[in-house]
Amino acid sequence: MELALSPEDAAFRDEVRAFIAENYPKEMRVPNPETDLTKEQSLLWHRILYNKGWIAPLWPKEYGGPGWSITRRFIFEQETSRAGTLPPLAFSVTMVGPVIYTFGNDAQKQKFLPRILSGEDWWCQGYSEPGSGSDLATVRTKAVRDGDHYIVNGHKTWTTLAQHADWIFCLVRTDPSAKPQAGISFLLIDMKSPGVTVRPIITIDGSHEVNDVFLEDVRVPVENLIGEENKGWTYAKFLLGNERTSMAGIGRSTRYLDRLKKIVKAEIPADDPAHFEFRKEIGRIELDVLALEATELRVIAQMARGIDPGPAASLFKIRGTEIFQGITELTHRAIGNYGLALREHPLSANQFMPGPDYGHTASEKYLNARKLSIYGGSNEIQRNIIAKAVLGL
Amino acid sequence: MDIQFTEEQELLRSSVQRMLRDQYSFEARRKIVASEDGWSRRQWGAFAELGLLAAPFSEESGGLGGGPLSTMIVAQEFGRHLVVEPYVETVVLAGGLIEHAGTEEQKQAFIPSIIAGQKIWALAWTEKGSRFDLANVATAARREGDDYMLRGEKTAVIAAPWADYLIVSARTKGKRDDRAGVSLFVVDARVANLDLRSFKTIDGRRAAEITFRDVRGELLGSEGAGVALLEACRDRAIGALCAEAVGAMAELNSATLEYSKARKQFGVTIGSFQVLQHRMVDMFIAHQEALSLMQHLNLSLGVGESGISRLASGAKSKVGYAGKFIADQAVQLHGGMGMTDELNVGHYFKRISSINIQFGDPAHHLLRYVQLDAAA
Repeated sequence: MELALSPEDAAFRDEVRAFIAENYPKEMRVPNPETDLTKEQSLLWHRILYNKGWIAPLWPKEYGGPGWSITRRFIFEQETSRAGTLPPLAFSVTMVGPVIYTFGNDAQKQKFLPRILSGEDWWCQGYSEPGSGSDLATVRTKAVRDGDHYIVNGHKTWTTLAQHADWIFCLVRTDPSAKPQAGISFLLIDMKSPGVTVRPIITIDGSHEVNDVFLEDVRVPVENLIGEENKGWTYAKFLLGNERTSMAGIGRSTRYLDRLKKIVKAEIPADDPAHFEFRKEIGRIELDVLALEATELRVIAQMARGIDPGPAASLFKIRGTEIFQGITELTHRAIGNYGLALREHPLSANQFMPGPDYGHTASEKYLNARKLSIYGGSNEIQRNIIAKAVLGL
Repeated sequence: MDIQFTEEQELLRSSVQRMLRDQYSFEARRKIVASEDGWSRRQWGAFAELGLLAAPFSEESGGLGGGPLSTMIVAQEFGRHLVVEPYVETVVLAGGLIEHAGTEEQKQAFIPSIIAGQKIWALAWTEKGSRFDLANVATAARREGDDYMLRGEKTAVIAAPWADYLIVSARTKGKRDDRAGVSLFVVDARVANLDLRSFKTIDGRRAAEITFRDVRGELLGSEGAGVALLEACRDRAIGALCAEAVGAMAELNSATLEYSKARKQFGVTIGSFQVLQHRMVDMFIAHQEALSLMQHLNLSLGVGESGISRLASGAKSKVGYAGKFIADQAVQLHGGMGMTDELNVGHYFKRISSINIQFGDPAHHLLRYVQLDAAA
């Protein structure tokens, strides 16, 4: 399914497509880009997009964005995702960047934005804490003013790729006496500061993606406060709105579905009743993808006409994650007995994995995908949002 | 249809429970899984000492005569503790095949060392492309004197890296997937000409790809009887695997319930949210149904009812779907914690995922259940 494009937008699409085909680094085409690349390798594409001026589609032109229309941003997102490129680090470009250019002061803009664009700084997100998962307003990490510094103490968790990060943007409590949402501030902390400790959290797929970040008497210059003290909740909500866009993941689901079809064809003879059973399940998911894609295109067309989609992002998050989980389950099931094998992390060259190459990451993808309905606001929370904000319940 | 367990059976259950509580904590298991071998011979010896390896065997074979119900009791507790040692592989699969199909000499030669905990066995039946079809066998066996020479490849053989002996299905005649031409062989797992490439499984165990290059095998059961023997063996294994899965489900449900009563979000426990209450009710129902069907299957296995194979497939499917639902939701309700290697919840999830592959996934057994009905 395609958006009806003007000749200019169609030419833009062709340009993006050709650029990806010519420039996407071969080193990044590994079995599982999310776990198998070093920091340097995962930044290769970031730097290529930066040099092209395409690194931050969302950003206004004055801060280094390409100045694309909503339609073009969507085309770019669609093409890069269909081609299976690893998206640039969302925490930097999609999350903290817009907070800084929207709410930050000039000094902060000048200091941080260019380094985000170039990939020089790697950012991680200090939102979740052990006691606050979906309920972010209960943040306990404390920041106490001491002259022109804050002294920060607390424990952040589920911090994605903190092991690579140069900076962390944190929600901290600056007014313990205020109502939960009212006493929170948005603070930028240098990961090299004394008192910052990163502890890996290994997940059920065996990979090291997330971390605990401990903050012990970390001295943070007051100039690293975004906006006003105790207004952090406003900035955090703004950022979460960005997080939930492009959650539909149509390009990714379409790619994984194509791959699943090939696996089923290779693994299960056409006269085996299981073959038809798989085709029926695949058909059902294909229709789910088609319906979600049609919904996405409808919303994009509305946005292009200036209509605010509001909480529709929650719909995309719910269905996008459920669909992708369904695809990883079917893929894991399609490889039959080889689904028993799980790659070990960190990877080593002499590790043996049985069965055809296409099955080697099926187990870890299946396990890892369980997180999708939990993170970024669990799917239960997303349903609450729709119930309240859309249905008025 | 609730089972009235005998005093002996209750004793077996409580002694397994006590032993695992004392010796097989989640931390103890973690150490075993991380060890070089990936299993504990010492623990296996303790199982033997307690009589667990003797439990299902008949008294004539030197066992305790407990049959499928004793296997069920042991497996259910093993499921609660995520025991990695190859009980199903050695006792239920290999032990069952030897007891049902072996000659007197074979029984005397092999069963005592299983019961004593001295020898580990694995069953090698899956091949590249065989998927879950027991008759789809390309590995060939050629007669040579009293023995046979085996040539071919087996895939994803669970517990093979630990095994002293393998039972291998191989073709003595006919074309690939011809039911009548498959026979079973006992093979010494340590011989030359047998290449074993190990890998770790999703549930913290070990399995291997095996290549046989003219490996000597001793016939088990009559020539050509392999598929029928394997089918009966699979039914018994399904009884044990379903019991393990039900044990794991019980643990997941109680862990989830406990967590939902303690974990606070938005100022209240998450267990107070109606959407999660209903979810946990559905998890409770799924466990109850799975428990009932699993017990029904094991009771039927004990009396040798006809149509048992269809019931076994039905149970494998229903218990499999129930397990998957419970495992998915247990992780979901634990949130990020459910995703961690540190918490046991994810390990139950992976154990249930593994059981749902062994001998066929829930959809495979649903189809088989339907097909066997049409045939009747």
